[in-house]
Amino acid sequence: MATLNLIQAINQTLDQQLEKNPKVVVYGEDVGFEGGVFRATQGLQKKYGVARVFDTPIAESSIVGTAIGMAINGMKPVIEIQFDGFIFPAFNQIVTQLARTRNRSRGNWTTPVVIRIPAGGGIKGLEHHSESLETYLGHIPGIKVVMPSTPYDAKGLLTAAIYSDDPVIFLEPKRIYRSGKQEVPEEEYIIPIGKAKVLKEGNNLTVVAWGAQLREVNAAVKEVEEELNISVEVIDLRTISPIDSETIVESVKKTGRFLVVHEAMRTYGPGAELIALVNEKAFLYLEAPATRLTGFDIVIPLARGEHHHMINKDQIKAEIKKLVEF
Amino acid sequence: MNHVLMKNYDPLLKQTLEILDQNGKIINPDLDPKLDKETLLKMYKTMTLGRVADVRAVQYQRQGRMLTFPPNYGQEATQVGAMAALKEGDWLSPAFRELNMMLYKGVPLENIYLYWYGNEMGSKFPKEAHVLPVNIIIGSQVAIAAGLGMAAQRQGKDEIAVASIGDGGTSHGDFNEAINFAGAMNAPLVVIIQNNHWAISTPRAVATKAETLAQKAVAAGIKGIQVDGNDVLAMYVAMKEAAEHARSGKGPVIIEALTYRMGAHTTSDDPTLYRDNKEVEEWAKKDPVDRLRKYLISKKWWSAKDDEALDEENNKFVQEVFAKVEQSGDEPLEDVFNYVYSEKTPNQVEQYEAYKKFLEGGNK
Repeated sequence: MATLNLIQAINQTLDQQLEKNPKVVVYGEDVGFEGGVFRATQGLQKKYGVARVFDTPIAESSIVGTAIGMAINGMKPVIEIQFDGFIFPAFNQIVTQLARTRNRSRGNWTTPVVIRIPAGGGIKGLEHHSESLETYLGHIPGIKVVMPSTPYDAKGLLTAAIYSDDPVIFLEPKRIYRSGKQEVPEEEYIIPIGKAKVLKEGNNLTVVAWGAQLREVNAAVKEVEEELNISVEVIDLRTISPIDSETIVESVKKTGRFLVVHEAMRTYGPGAELIALVNEKAFLYLEAPATRLTGFDIVIPLARGEHHHMINKDQIKAEIKKLVEF
Repeated sequence: MNHVLMKNYDPLLKQTLEILDQNGKIINPDLDPKLDKETLLKMYKTMTLGRVADVRAVQYQRQGRMLTFPPNYGQEATQVGAMAALKEGDWLSPAFRELNMMLYKGVPLENIYLYWYGNEMGSKFPKEAHVLPVNIIIGSQVAIAAGLGMAAQRQGKDEIAVASIGDGGTSHGDFNEAINFAGAMNAPLVVIIQNNHWAISTPRAVATKAETLAQKAVAAGIKGIQVDGNDVLAMYVAMKEAAEHARSGKGPVIIEALTYRMGAHTTSDDPTLYRDNKEVEEWAKKDPVDRLRKYLISKKWWSAKDDEALDEENNKFVQEVFAKVEQSGDEPLEDVFNYVYSEKTPNQVEQYEAYKKFLEGGNK
């Protein structure tokens, strides 16, 4: 079994799906010849040719728009939007077409496109290179949104996305593209969309996070469990939309405390949704207010200020302590 | 076909392709497509049915029986001429004023009426018609059409895609982006600009400094041609050549059809507020249906008597269709949930069940 980092796992998955399914096409800005600015598609054009793996003009709206048309006419486009902040020019196509074609045509036409987007901060990027998209995308009925936290999950979720009958936006935690390796099976496997994963069981508190944020969460939990002599349940949400309510609610019923940690800004953020869920379904089990630790309601700063916005291990530890001692 | 149009009709020189004049006479015999009687009658019948359906839809709306409707009156030749030159399997990615295009492509009037009556089920067109649903948002249908064509290319299907857009839509970023993209991809795409001269209340001259809309093709490196859109034969010939160009892998084409929206933008609009009736009267003289009728009569393929019978038949048919639509009632609750995803999400199931239970309780 190969040991791969997250970007290699994505590359392997695309390679495998291009080989298996002649309907798969991979395209976007700098995706073909160069293999993408993060090299997710490296070597694929050479292997599968320019009709199936190709470069496009800098035109995000048309990248998504043509993918919609291609999907309607029988292809399986797996397209790349180069950076999170570049999705906004394509937002019209996503909201008004991609997410609605099935409904508008009462099931006649479907648009099972996969949109890969490197997402989130922490890479000292320029403006529009570090955005959190969960809220924008999670609020659109008709699309699914996933975000893996490991190379293994990246392959399983991307494979599931490519098999999905619905459009899927695949958010890639670019901060951890190359920061850890893991054994990833060569053979195809699927991690179901819409299912969270309990990474670690515990009894005193439930922490939910996803993507790159889990690195800090896991580190904080490890330390805080020893320091406070508690056990914490950690859940990787994996799918932003649709939410796996059941896994979260069951966990909170057991632990009585809930913390959601995300880099995305706070107001109307994903934490608000998850807290509402806990409040509606596990209120009587709560021993402390369901709580969120999030990015600020600010424009994500450039490199010299970004650390103010990112959630670090110590903040998570402090929040857990507050909740346990509430 | 002599394949000279796009060479001989330069949009930058404001040359406009015309074949049939206002009196139904062929003024450009070299380019006469010499369509057979059967084809021309099919085109004429679609145009007249479209017109009756259009006029009646507006009446129904005025009577409070139809939700909203965007009139097509005056644009029948643009729409039917273009569709008649397509092959079976070719796609249409429309805007929202394509009644006659849809009818010609085989979309039942009942579907079209049901949609404007306020029910999405109307947009479940027969799949083999290869017509996408009405697209209300401006401009995005062009890239989608390019994608339909790109998929056809890659699967070895002999299909092209046609996007239809209004003159107003050409101001949109999505239009400009998509024609460039389609050109770069060499997509088998034809874009019909139905230049009816008004984007709701904004006249064509206010929307762009470009002399023609066909010239937008020039910067994208694709072909463009301006056509008399009230001349059904000119539209046919332009589309015939454009479709062959696109189908043979030479890239996209833009056809700017000069026509006129005789009615309102939609039934919610009052054009008397912003345009001079003299302009409307001038365009009435160029009526596309009259023009084709005169031509057919001159060929002895049609008579005033035939026309009366057809008018009666059309009116009867349209009334029957609308009666059926009016009896269709409201959408069932399931329908508003059932088509958002391939399967309802757990949250949707919960919302649906809870509301159904509430309704059932309320009815006790």
